[in-house]
Amino acid sequence: MTSVKPTLAVWKFASCDGCQLTVLNLEDDLLPLAGEIDIAHFLEATRATVSGPYDLSLVEGSITTPHDAERIREVRAASRTLITIGACATSGGIQALRNFANVEEFLQIVYARPEYISTLANSTAIAEHVPVDFELRGCPIDKGQLVEVVTAFLAHRRPNIRNHSVCVECKKRGTVCVTVAHGTPCLGPVTQAGCGALCPSYARGCYGCFGPAETVNSPSLTSRFKELGVSEADLVRSFRTFNANAPAFREISEAHEPRT
Amino acid sequence: MHRSFGRKEKKLPEAVIDLEGLQALLDSLTIRGYTVLGPTVRDGAIVYDEIAGVNDLPAGWTDEQDAATYRLTRRDDSALFGYAVGPHSWKKYLFPPQTLLWKARRSSGAFEVEEAAPQGGPYAFLGVRGCELAAIHIQDRVFLGEHPDPTYADRRSNAFIIAVNCSTPAGTCFCVSMGTGPRAGPGFDLSLTEILEGDRHAFTVDVGSERGEELLSALPHMPATTEDERSAEAVIERAAGAMGRSMDTDGIKELLYGNREHPRWDDVAQRCLSCTNCTLVCPTCFCSTVEDTTDLTGDNAERWRSWDSCFTLDFSELGGNNVRTTTRGRYRQWMTHKLASWIDQFDTSGCVGCGRCITWCPVGIDITEEVAAIRETQEGSRHGDT
Ligand code: SF4
Ligand code: SF4
Ligand code: SF4
Repeated sequence: MTSVKPTLAVWKFASCDGCQLTVLNLEDDLLPLAGEIDIAHFLEATRATVSGPYDLSLVEGSITTPHDAERIREVRAASRTLITIGACATSGGIQALRNFANVEEFLQIVYARPEYISTLANSTAIAEHVPVDFELRGCPIDKGQLVEVVTAFLAHRRPNIRNHSVCVECKKRGTVCVTVAHGTPCLGPVTQAGCGALCPSYARGCYGCFGPAETVNSPSLTSRFKELGVSEADLVRSFRTFNANAPAFREISEAHEPRT
Repeated sequence: MHRSFGRKEKKLPEAVIDLEGLQALLDSLTIRGYTVLGPTVRDGAIVYDEIAGVNDLPAGWTDEQDAATYRLTRRDDSALFGYAVGPHSWKKYLFPPQTLLWKARRSSGAFEVEEAAPQGGPYAFLGVRGCELAAIHIQDRVFLGEHPDPTYADRRSNAFIIAVNCSTPAGTCFCVSMGTGPRAGPGFDLSLTEILEGDRHAFTVDVGSERGEELLSALPHMPATTEDERSAEAVIERAAGAMGRSMDTDGIKELLYGNREHPRWDDVAQRCLSCTNCTLVCPTCFCSTVEDTTDLTGDNAERWRSWDSCFTLDFSELGGNNVRTTTRGRYRQWMTHKLASWIDQFDTSGCVGCGRCITWCPVGIDITEEVAAIRETQEGSRHGDT
């Protein structure tokens, strides 16, 4: 290859493929993207050899097996810039619910021959295994933010991705606060923006898809939730979704877990 | 620095219009090319949006507001303006959440810059309350000072302002303390007071500008009687006596400057989420960030300005380091700026007593309570000794 265009690789680890689909759903941006970058490796089977090197690797999914823990090191070694995309890659994903339970028990219940299953006790973020250049949050990631991250990479600048609360997006779009006006518990004040405050605009509380915001005052928010009638069990559940293993969210759910 | 927006010195006699007159007023604004913006019910609150006519107004609705709660409830009459301010303010039109500043295009090694022309408007604002008019005047000092902001200047100078004197303050209102309401003005084109007496539903009209006078003269209206004037005065007086909250502003600048290390800042920091809601709903907060965007080819760039807040971390990042990392520091900065250093900077308080920051704070932090707490527990010698 004599192309001077940077090369892009997209890697999949434990995930639902939703974030990779976001890449394919870029529509209007997909062709310009292909014009600026060589898509060298994409949607391949996990067994494909790594080779490379690649200028930019986008990594989807979390680390859940010893094999993947090894493979991510190879991917890192073959990538000049490595960006993780989505809640799985940045916090461990919904599959990190296993971190709060006994994986051995699951194996016994789910699989006829558990001895064939090789898995880790925890589902963890890519950054817990290798150095990551940028983490793009979301379950799934936001199309516009993905384009921004790739564009910023091409322009050698810092991406315009903010870490403040979802509330900023509610206010900018003029959404009426669901907590104040309807009494609906909302994770927006402790969740990082990026979705455009989608759920509150449909009168639902934020589910925390983009993980913890830059500042998380959990005792204050959880005591407000209790005033709004949220039970301890629901409090734990609301922080144990797609970003259950993100440290700030994990701390909250563990603090409210019933003591056995 | 200060601009006059066509306010007439001579007090003109009041007129009276009925509901048809109000509709005719909105129609003639539309005919004159204005986009008419006013209060309307949406998603369980009274918001500001484009309105086609009187039918879009929140007839018979009111609001119940307290720290961290807002509920729409029915009134037992059909008042069109029987509520206080809601989650939106006119700021969103004069200082929009996102503004394109300029674009640049790269071609053959050079690049051209194209300035963005101010867009939007002219706007007519219906139902601007006393606190809100005062807030607009405060933002005038910010945006029309030494370096006038083109978007703000354009939208502001063309805006037609129909004020409404409040009849039904909310539980979080304290305009009387701040000297901004419930009577609106100066600075309106027209100002209405809603009168509901038995079957009668009318509005007294005060004229504040020549274009206001010109518009009124084209509407079906009656001269106001002394009886009408008395009814209108009674509405405003009742409202002034029904404030939900108050703030003692005596020596407030010295109070806050003298209490930078007060333990109350630690207390509020335990409750504050640093979520930014207070600043974004505040009609005077003006902080923004500027972001440059490029497209994938790198040939097209845009510079955007958007609302930001002193409660975000990036906002206080200077040269790669953050100068205000704690929530304590951020809340203290916000309140001290609003109530104290604003006076040094703009020769006015930054607070008009609208109560929005109290209502729309998800955890109900109350600026009046925070001031009172500091005042009560400060070292006695500090107060007023400058
Ligand atoms: S609806 Fe949720 S995200 Fe939006 S302002 Fe309210 S608390 Fe914040
Ligand atoms: S500080 Fe609060 S009460 Fe004062 S003007 Fe701002 S939002 Fe209104
Ligand atoms: S005072 Fe309230 S609204 Fe303001 S940042 Fe703190 S928690 Fe949010």
